Amino acid sequence: MSQPVITVENLSKRYLIGHQRARSDGFRHVIEAALRAPFKWFRSRHEEKQRQKEEFWALQNVSFEVCEGEVVGLIGRNGAGKSTLLKVLSRITEPTTGKIHLRGRVASLLEVGTGFHQELTGRENIFLNGAILGMSREEIKRKFDEIVAFSEIEKFLDTPVKHYSSGMYVRLAFSVAAHLDPEILIVDEVLAVGDVTFQNKCLGKMEEARARSRTVLFVSHNLAAIESFCSRGIVMQQGQVVFNGPCKDAIQFYLQGLRDNQTESHSDVIDLGAAAGRPPKYRPQLKKLELFDGNHQPLGGNLPAGGGLKALIHIELETPSANVDAELAFFSLSGQRLCTAHSAYEPNSTHERLEGRQVFVCQIPSLPLVPGEYKIRVGLDIALREVDCVEDATRLTVIQSDFYGTGVIPTQGSFLLQNHWTLNCGQEAAVL
Amino acid sequence: MNELTIEAGKTERQYWRDLWKYRELFYFLAWRDMLVRYKQTVVGVAWSVIRPLLMLIVLTVVFGKIGKLPSGGVPYPLLVFSGMLPWLFFSTALTECGNSLVSNSNLISKIYFPRLVVPASSVIVSLVDFLISALILVILLFWYRFIPSTNAVFLPLFVILAFGASFGVGLWIAALMVEYRDFRFIVPFVVQIGMYISPVGFLSSLVAERYARYQWLYSMNPMVGVIDGFRWCILGGEQALYWPALALAVGWVVVLTFSGIWYFRRTERTFADVI
Repeated sequence: MSQPVITVENLSKRYLIGHQRARSDGFRHVIEAALRAPFKWFRSRHEEKQRQKEEFWALQNVSFEVCEGEVVGLIGRNGAGKSTLLKVLSRITEPTTGKIHLRGRVASLLEVGTGFHQELTGRENIFLNGAILGMSREEIKRKFDEIVAFSEIEKFLDTPVKHYSSGMYVRLAFSVAAHLDPEILIVDEVLAVGDVTFQNKCLGKMEEARARSRTVLFVSHNLAAIESFCSRGIVMQQGQVVFNGPCKDAIQFYLQGLRDNQTESHSDVIDLGAAAGRPPKYRPQLKKLELFDGNHQPLGGNLPAGGGLKALIHIELETPSANVDAELAFFSLSGQRLCTAHSAYEPNSTHERLEGRQVFVCQIPSLPLVPGEYKIRVGLDIALREVDCVEDATRLTVIQSDFYGTGVIPTQGSFLLQNHWTLNCGQEAAVL
Repeated sequence: MNELTIEAGKTERQYWRDLWKYRELFYFLAWRDMLVRYKQTVVGVAWSVIRPLLMLIVLTVVFGKIGKLPSGGVPYPLLVFSGMLPWLFFSTALTECGNSLVSNSNLISKIYFPRLVVPASSVIVSLVDFLISALILVILLFWYRFIPSTNAVFLPLFVILAFGASFGVGLWIAALMVEYRDFRFIVPFVVQIGMYISPVGFLSSLVAERYARYQWLYSMNPMVGVIDGFRWCILGGEQALYWPALALAVGWVVVLTFSGIWYFRRTERTFADVI
């Protein structure tokens, strides 16, 4: 492991927050008091103001290290201290105690379009923003065409920025920042704006930075992006680092902390009738979910990776209907849909009219999910239109198993692939 | 590979090196301010000419024609304009410098750079205005067929003095304005009054003649020394240079500039938190 590029030791940051005085002076009393004893009045006001300031520690004894080429995701609730930490690392504000050691040029992207002036054109703002972010004039001139091409606003380059749409604005702003190429890049929540294409472009650029062994410190609430992009995760809570480890574990730790007080059912029989995860517009026609493992035993909450799963979905239709289908879907904890089992996919599914109580049986011979926690969603469709669903009906824990027979299975990613490998010894690639 | 250690209370050392590293930012911020000034205006740069000319006319009429104040043997407009030149520079530089931190608050709270760049670059814009006004002065000199005295070689020194006065006071105000926004009102007021207690529309020798007892008080104003100096350079030895006033001015400028930088540096670390 190379020498750390960012070393933070016992960093703390204190703010003083003032409070409004509870009682308001009548104006007459204020004048009277001021006239009677002017100096005493001024001094007492000043002292009161001081006394009313409360100490707020935005960061408390934060310590961690980041090595070269690592991409670290910083996650936590709003108010956890993430942005304050980035501000201190970017030297915008001074720490109250502690020490930071940085090796390499730092560029921070704490807000998109910092320094943009509304009256100036896109072209002028590229130079201005680039200079503010620390690029020299030749550097900006050299990268000018790349920046314009990345932002896709060639046509509007000479229009004042105040006429840009918000999407164009963000694209241009990010484009300048993306071409910074520092050794250490600090990014705060800038992916929150912009459409999907743009977000993918941004991630692509950051991926490039990672490929070139640049260190990236990344704050985002987009857990899917953090998961796909970061190698390590740091979770912050109330100004302290509460977790520092592999990215996936960090996300799980964070989500566990966020969990509702809803009792996490890991049982094999789940009542769907009064479940919390049902959208209010739906009438409860899904009644019960039963889970079994590959040996038709009630599932004790843990399924070995690649093991079989059987689900019984009990429904009670309000009106007799035809083309009734049930759905069983698996989601990652961060809310991404991973795979779906749907009765409409079954070649032998029935389309006849059904009424009253029915039970759908879903058999999954092998659920190829990587060990971790997953959410299960149950849905009910009539004529391929959803009429009932329960989000996060229950959690499924997939545990390690010897899926490949070699004792090794991946921990990264979401799925276990069936894959076979051979080696053609010493020959040129011949068409097999 | 540049290494950097950030520690509470120990950020001094990198500062001056950083100022050099960020030298191009001076240029860019000044360039931005210049561009923005005249965007969407029709008359554009001509405003830099029209404003001083109008002021010249008003002051000449009020002090010269209506007030009939003595002009020491030179055409009154020349007298006024050679006083206006440094005063306009000082007043715009002071106002811009004082407001610079607050109007760039979005930069200060989101990006790192040595904050001294901001007030310094705001003064540069006033310098450009000054150069344009100087051109007007040259035209005026031609108009009145007045040859400037040989003292004009000292003019750059007085320009530096004016720069120092505005920068020194400007730094104080800029740093104070971050926490106490009252200065937003105080500065224009002081500038307005300052124009009348500084020898812009009249000669300092007037004060020496009629109010000799108060001349020391009058000379406490550093701009008195600067403006007198400008007049002495441009208009010649007829305008006696009152040396004590000049010495006071230099003294004030030195004190203000160094103390301004000291106070600015001291409060700088809290700017991003307070602004």
